[in-house]
Amino acid sequence: MENLLSIITFMPLVAALILAVFLRGDDPAAQANAKWLALIATSATFVVSLFVLFGFNPADTGFQFIEEREWLMGLKYKMGVDGISVLFVMLTTFLMPITIAACWNVETRVKEYMIAFLVLETLMLGVFMALDLVLFYLFFEAGLIPMFLIIGIWGGKDRIYAAFKFFLYTFLGSVLMLVAMVAMFVDAGTTDIPTLLNHTFASETFPVLGFQVVGGMQTLLFLAFFASFAVKMPMWPVHTWLPDAHVQAPTAGSVVLAAILLKMGGYGFLRFSLPMFPVASDIWAPFVLWISAIAIVYTSLVALAQHDMKKLIAYSSVAHMGYVTAGIFAVNQQGIDGAIFQMLSHGFISGALFLCVGVIYDRMHTREIDAYGGLVNRMPAYALIFMLFTMANVGLPGTSGFIGEFLTLVGIFQANTWVAAVATSGVILSAAYALWLYRRVVMGDLIKESLKSITDMNTRERAIFAPLVVMTILLGVYPSLVTDIIGPSVTALITDYHAALPVDQVAAVAAH
Amino acid sequence: MTEADFNIVLPEVILAVFAMAALLFGAYGGKDKTAPMILWASAGLMALMAVWIGVSGEGTHTPFGGMYVDDAFSRFAKVVILLSGSAILLMSEAYLARRGLLRFELPILVVLATIGMMVMVSAADLMTLYMGLELQSLSLYVVAALRRDSVKSTEAGLKYFVLGALSSGMLLYGASLVYGFSGTTLFSGIIQTASDGHVSLGLLFGLMFLITGLAFKVSAVPFHMWTPDVYEGSPTSVTAFFATAPKVAAMGLFARVLFDAFGGVTADWGQVIAILSVASMFLGAVAAIGQRNIKRLMAYSSIAHMGFALMGLAAGTAFGVQAMLIYMAIYVTMNIGTFAFILSMERDGVPVTDIDALNQFSKSEPLKALAMLVLLFSLAGVPPLVGFFGKFYVLRAAVDANMTWLAVAGVIASVIGAFYYLRIVFYMYFGEEGDGIDGHMTPVSWAMLMASAAIMVVGVANLFGIEALAAAAADALVK
Repeated sequence: MENLLSIITFMPLVAALILAVFLRGDDPAAQANAKWLALIATSATFVVSLFVLFGFNPADTGFQFIEEREWLMGLKYKMGVDGISVLFVMLTTFLMPITIAACWNVETRVKEYMIAFLVLETLMLGVFMALDLVLFYLFFEAGLIPMFLIIGIWGGKDRIYAAFKFFLYTFLGSVLMLVAMVAMFVDAGTTDIPTLLNHTFASETFPVLGFQVVGGMQTLLFLAFFASFAVKMPMWPVHTWLPDAHVQAPTAGSVVLAAILLKMGGYGFLRFSLPMFPVASDIWAPFVLWISAIAIVYTSLVALAQHDMKKLIAYSSVAHMGYVTAGIFAVNQQGIDGAIFQMLSHGFISGALFLCVGVIYDRMHTREIDAYGGLVNRMPAYALIFMLFTMANVGLPGTSGFIGEFLTLVGIFQANTWVAAVATSGVILSAAYALWLYRRVVMGDLIKESLKSITDMNTRERAIFAPLVVMTILLGVYPSLVTDIIGPSVTALITDYHAALPVDQVAAVAAH
Repeated sequence: MTEADFNIVLPEVILAVFAMAALLFGAYGGKDKTAPMILWASAGLMALMAVWIGVSGEGTHTPFGGMYVDDAFSRFAKVVILLSGSAILLMSEAYLARRGLLRFELPILVVLATIGMMVMVSAADLMTLYMGLELQSLSLYVVAALRRDSVKSTEAGLKYFVLGALSSGMLLYGASLVYGFSGTTLFSGIIQTASDGHVSLGLLFGLMFLITGLAFKVSAVPFHMWTPDVYEGSPTSVTAFFATAPKVAAMGLFARVLFDAFGGVTADWGQVIAILSVASMFLGAVAAIGQRNIKRLMAYSSIAHMGFALMGLAAGTAFGVQAMLIYMAIYVTMNIGTFAFILSMERDGVPVTDIDALNQFSKSEPLKALAMLVLLFSLAGVPPLVGFFGKFYVLRAAVDANMTWLAVAGVIASVIGAFYYLRIVFYMYFGEEGDGIDGHMTPVSWAMLMASAAIMVVGVANLFGIEALAAAAADALVK
C-alpha cells in the first residue's frame, strides 16, 4: 500500500472527527460509545501499524514506505520511516489503546477527552514519520494544543498553572527551532529531511555580536534545536515544567506525556542534531554528557525527597532521560542503541508506573505517599505488578530497564569515563528512591483506617497491565528484537557522523 | 484615452456613484428605514466588485498620466479589502439594529472609506496617495463616533481624528519634502532620483516623515497610541472594520511607497521598518497581557500582527512582500471570525467585553467555543493552523534577507503573545462557573465564525492557492 503511513497517522483523526460530528448527548450510553469508538480506533491503528513493522526491512538504512506530495512554498508532504523512527511509531500505536483503556473511569466531558487523545495520537505519529522539516514542526508543535487542554480541563487542583507552564515552556523552546529551520531552508533550499541529511552546513568559525562562534552556522543551528529538544526531553535544568505537568495531568495524560511525548526530544536529537550538525554536536557533546550526568544524580536525589508519587516518578523520568541524552551524545553503537532502547523501555515502564499510581488514585483520590502503606495485604496482584515495574525502573536484569541502562553506560564509558562513573551512581540512587517508594506504599502492615476497604485490581486494570508486563520482560530477555531493527540505521548514522567531522577531530576521537 | 483611463478605475467609479445614489436615496427615501437595504446593497456590491476585480483584471495599467496604477498587487489588496469590508458589513447589521445604531449613513461611509482604500493601494503618485488616505480616514473618523450619545464613542472618534490629522500632517510634510528634493510627485519619478544608494538628506527626511505617517495608519509602535482607545470606544462592528480592511489598505500603501518610490534604496528604510516591526511585536504582546477587555486586547493583538506583517516589508524583497500579503490575508480572515464572535458577546441584551464573561463557555456552546479555540490558536501562530503559515512566510522572508535577529525577536514575541490568547481559551475551557453570556448569534455571524475557523484548519492543505496570487502581486510591485 502506498499510503500506509498516512492511513496510520490519520486513522485516529478520522475517528475523532466521527466522534465530534456524530456522537450526541452526554448520557452514560454516549460516554460508553465514545470510549469504545476510541478504543477500537486506536487498536485498529495498532493493527495496521503492524504491517509497517512486518514489512520493514532492517537491512535497508534508508527511509522506507515513503510517500510524497507537493505542498506550499516548495515544502512537501513527505512521510517515511527508517530504523530509528519505526519503533517509535510502534511504541505510540501500542500504547494508545492502553491509554484509552486507562481512562475508562473518566466521567466529565468524555467525548472531548477521547477526541483530544485521538488527535494527539495523530500528531505524535506524524512527528515520528514526517520527512519534511516544516511538516515535522507542524506535528511537533500541534501536539501542545491537545495536551494543553488535557491538562487544563481534566487535570488536578493546580492544573491551570501547570497547563500554562507546559505550553509556554515548550513553545518557547520550539520557536527557536523554527527560526533555525527557516535558516536551514534558506541555506539548503529545501526542507526535505533525506536531502538535508546529506547537506553539509557551514561550520567555519564566524563572529556573532563580537563572539567568535566555533562551529559557525552549525553551532547556532544546533543550539536552536537543542533549546527545543532539551525542553521536550526534558534535560536538567529546563526540566521544571515536567513535574508540574505530570502531577496535574490526569493519569492517561501522564502516561502519554511520559511514555511518548518525552521521546520526541530524543528522537529529534537522533534525527536532526547528530546527523545534520555533526561538527557542532562534536563540540557540544562533552557539555551534553556532563549535564546529563548532573541530571541523573540531581533529579534522583530530588526524587528521594518527594511526597507525591507522581512527582517522584516524574523526577525519575528526568533521570532516565539523562541516560538517553548521554547515550546519544556518546555517539557510538552501544550508546545510541542503548538510548533508543532506553526510550522504548522507559515508554513501557514509566507508562506502567503512572498507571500504577492511577489505580490507587482512582480508589483513594490522593497521591500522597504517606496516605498509603501495607497495600500488599489487600491488593496482592497490584503489589506484584507494581513490584515488577519498580524493579524494571531500577534496572533489574531480566527487565527491559536493565538493557537500556547497561547499553547506554557502556557507550558513555567509551566516550567519557568520568561521566560514566557519575552516571552509574544514578543506578544506585534509582534503586534507593524506587524501592523506598515501594516499601512505603505497598509493604508493612495495613494500619490506615481509610485503606481497610480498598479493593484489588479488577479485570480491566489487569488487562491494561498485561501487554506492558509482557513487553517489559520480553525486551529484557530478548533485546535483539529491538537492536536488530535499529542496528543498521544506527551504524549508518554513526559512520556518516564520523565521516563528516574534520580530520583533526576524528584523530582526537581516535586518540581518546 | 480618457475613456480607457476611466475603464480601468471603473470599480471605484461604480462604488462612488453607488455611494452618492444611496445617500440621496437614504436622505429622501425614509432615512434609517432604508438602512438595512442600503447595507445589503453595499455589501453585495462590494463583494461583486471583488469578484470582478479578481476575475477580470490582468496586466499592469497606469492611467491618468501614471498617477494611478492597476496591477496584480493592487488587485490582490483590493479583493481582500472589498471582501473583508463586505463580510464585516453583513455581520454588523443585526448588532447595529439591536443597539439602534443602524443608520443609513453607516454603509455609505464604509463604501466611501473602501473607495479611499482602493485608491490607496493603487496610488502611484503622492497626490493620489494623499487623496485616497484622506477619503478613507475622514470616513472612518465619522464611523468611529457613530454612537453619538456615548462618551466613549465620541472620545474614540475625536481621538482618532486628532491623531489621524497629526499623522496626515506628517505624511503631507514628508510628501512635500520628497517633492521638493526629487522634483516630482510621481513614484516613477521619485525612484529615479532615489536610487543606487545615493539619496539626498532632504529626500531621506521626507521618506522618514512618510514612514511616520504611514506607521500611524497601520498602528505600528511607537505610533500606536490611538489604537486601544479607538478600538474600545467604537461600536464593536466598527472596531471589526478598523481591524481588517483599513489595515490591509495601509499596509498596501506602505508597500507601494517603499517599493514603488523608494525601491532603489531598500537599505535606507529596511532597518527603520525592522525597528518598527520589533517594537510593535513586543509591545503588542506585552501590553495585551494586562487587558481584560477583549476589544482592547484585540487592539494590542492587531498591533503585534502589524509588527509581523512589517517584518515581511523590512526584508525589502519580493518574497517579503509576498509574505506580507499572505500574512495580511490570513490576519483579516482570522479577525473576521473573531469579531463575528465578539459581536455576539452579550448578556441580557447588553454587550459585554470582559473576558471573564467567557467562563465555561465551552460547556454551554461547545461548537462555538471550538471555533474560537481554533481562531485563538491560529492568532497565536501555533501550527498546524493557518496562522502559523503567515508567521512562517514572514520569518522566512526575514531570514532570507539576513535579518535573522528580527526573526528571533519575532518568535520570542509570539511566545509572549501566546499567553493572552491562551488565557481566553482558559476562560472558555477551564474557567469557573460565572454569569456567562447569552451565546445567541445571528446566522450571518455564526456562518462567518465557522467559515473563518474552518479556513484556519482546511487551509493547511494549500492556503486556497493564495500563494501564487500573492507571488504574482509581489512581482508586480518589486521589479
